[in-house]
Amino acid sequence: MRKSFKLENLDCANCAAKMEAGISELPGVSKATISFMTSKLMIDADTDDAEAFAAIVDAAQQVCASYEKDCIIKR
Amino acid sequence: MSPKQKRLLTRIVVALVIFFAVIALEETGVLRATFGSPGDVYAEFALFLIPYLIAGYDVIAGAFRGLVRGHALDEDFLMTVATFGAFSLVAFPHTEPHMAEGAAVMLFFQVGELFQSYAVDKSRKSIADMMDIAPEFANVMEEGKLKQVDPFELAPDDEFIVMPGERIPLDGVILTGESQIDTAALTGESVPRTAQPGDEVISGCVNLTGKLVVRATKPFEDSTVSRILELVENAAEKKARTENFITRFARVYTPIVVGVAAVLAIVPPLLFGQDWADWVLRGLTFLVVSCPCALVISVPLSFFGGIGGASRLGILVKGSNYLEALGSTETVVFDKTGTLTDGTFAVTELMCAPGVTEAELVATAAAAEAFSTHPIAQSVRAYGEAMANGERPGGAPATNGGRPATDAAPLADRVRDVREVSGQGVEATVDGRAVLVGNGKLMAAHAVPFQATDAAGTVLYVAADGAFLGTIVIADTIKPTAAQAIADLRAAGVKKTVMLTGDRADVAASVAARLGIDEVHSELLPQDKVAEVEALLAETERTSHGKGKLAFVGDGINDAPVLTRADIGIAMGAMGSDAAIEAADVVLMNDNPDDIARAIDLARRTMRIVWQNIVFALGIKFAVLVLAAFGIANMWMAVFADVGVAVIAILNAMRAMNVRN
Repeated sequence: MRKSFKLENLDCANCAAKMEAGISELPGVSKATISFMTSKLMIDADTDDAEAFAAIVDAAQQVCASYEKDCIIKR
Repeated sequence: MSPKQKRLLTRIVVALVIFFAVIALEETGVLRATFGSPGDVYAEFALFLIPYLIAGYDVIAGAFRGLVRGHALDEDFLMTVATFGAFSLVAFPHTEPHMAEGAAVMLFFQVGELFQSYAVDKSRKSIADMMDIAPEFANVMEEGKLKQVDPFELAPDDEFIVMPGERIPLDGVILTGESQIDTAALTGESVPRTAQPGDEVISGCVNLTGKLVVRATKPFEDSTVSRILELVENAAEKKARTENFITRFARVYTPIVVGVAAVLAIVPPLLFGQDWADWVLRGLTFLVVSCPCALVISVPLSFFGGIGGASRLGILVKGSNYLEALGSTETVVFDKTGTLTDGTFAVTELMCAPGVTEAELVATAAAAEAFSTHPIAQSVRAYGEAMANGERPGGAPATNGGRPATDAAPLADRVRDVREVSGQGVEATVDGRAVLVGNGKLMAAHAVPFQATDAAGTVLYVAADGAFLGTIVIADTIKPTAAQAIADLRAAGVKKTVMLTGDRADVAASVAARLGIDEVHSELLPQDKVAEVEALLAETERTSHGKGKLAFVGDGINDAPVLTRADIGIAMGAMGSDAAIEAADVVLMNDNPDDIARAIDLARRTMRIVWQNIVFALGIKFAVLVLAAFGIANMWMAVFADVGVAVIAILNAMRAMNVRN
């Protein structure tokens, strides 16, 4: 399953790069990209299950907040 | 400015006022007079802490938060360590410690952050404005009243109304009404198109003059405008090699600089008895320069600006990687039809065998080609129909009173066993006769003795039951801008242009000579084109030592395999064609071959901006690092090398968005 999300309050480009690396390393994520300019996060996960995917997004939210505390994944 | 930015601005202003007040107190000697020496240093320390904390408390908080979460070496952390360090020099009052610097670094870091966040917002907004081609509503007639609905709610076959001045919400066909349509937002083309009932209209274009009633042909999410927006937004996901390089570089840059900083601060004083305060300060200066933000922001921003700017010209680039590749294009390969020629064929010459009338020749060929959708077949049929109606396009009236001899029965009954021979022509049984229509290879394959011709154009030989009937010459019209386009490509630095075509060698050669194309491969079957492109790819790789790229330009209709195989697949005239948008890496909405050179120019310009930023940012940082190691650069310079450079790089990157229309 592959989904794009808008990121709110993404202010730092270097943080975006670190978030991207962090989310890519989450279990179940095959690829993640963050475009700093469009503030968009794309997650490509191995699972097709909506609940499992939501769990991955939750984990991704944790990663984002650890770099920028106000950064929110909008879903 | 956002509320967050306004709050930061207020803090910075307050902190600046206090900061300069303290400086004034120090410079006028008030502090020394009041507290004596070294008492004044401690007073300074306390006083400068006030603006420092006002400006930077959130940075310090962020640093500790990062530390707790295990992300050391982030920007906040480095700034905090650098400034804490500067303040800690109060422990060496005899060295005239740089209390002001500690506060100033934090202040200017925040000024830079504010600038940076403002510039990023600005460029995000201008990109958003550029993409503002999405229609907000559709008008539908409900119970005799006009009602605005979300375009999402409409389905194919729904009817909607577009008033003058409004954006067309969905792709569709005009039912009633005539108007001028402005396609500039999609194609960059400033001359409006005329649209009449039956014409297709494309979503995202603006209806200029008349009210139109349109029947939707696609749902909103599949309409051109949605697809373009999706494509441009997703373009950022395909990162260029340069971008990935910068991200990787950033990952090692910071730890290395921080490591060197630690060595500088500790080793000389410890081992060589140097002055602690001096060397710690040098180390701290290093820390300030250790954030790679200028690069990490400005490189993707340049690419995104370039992609955004291109889309305004009707050139859609599907990823930063393709823009980068486009910038190093050395070979451009054209599939002739639909790119250099406009693909409309017309019969230009008839040559009959003895005893055969022109009408018979054309009618036989037209019947055999009756079910083919090939443009050549269509032009033969069109010519045949015109003859049958007693007209003869561009010539004298037909010779046998206009009517072909055998047109009584419907075509489907007269024509049987149609077989298209790829790259050769058509075989069919027409009125019981075995008819062959095709090129020399087809005639040779059936051992038909035929009169070969060297007329320029596509030559169709016609034979029935093994007897040669004559020759039909069909020529393709070259696009008016094609020659200019080839010249422009050369000016843009393309080393080689190649034309691939299924046409005969002499036709191909005559077109190539007129356009100034370097190399021609003709009489190719569709599958041959992939092989030719592969050979050319290898050649480009060899001659450019792996740096040059090959672009293939097709009309996107049946060249998907070649488009995919080339380094960069460019589809032309793709407005409204899903297949082309799908298969290509770069999509030219217009039919104009000149756009290829413009796209390459734009890509080169973007790459120049990217490299300017990389060289500039790294150059300044490196220079400041070296100067700091020798104790020449101070913290002020370091702050400039960090945030000043970032702001300048962002401003430079934003130039990528500006395109001449």
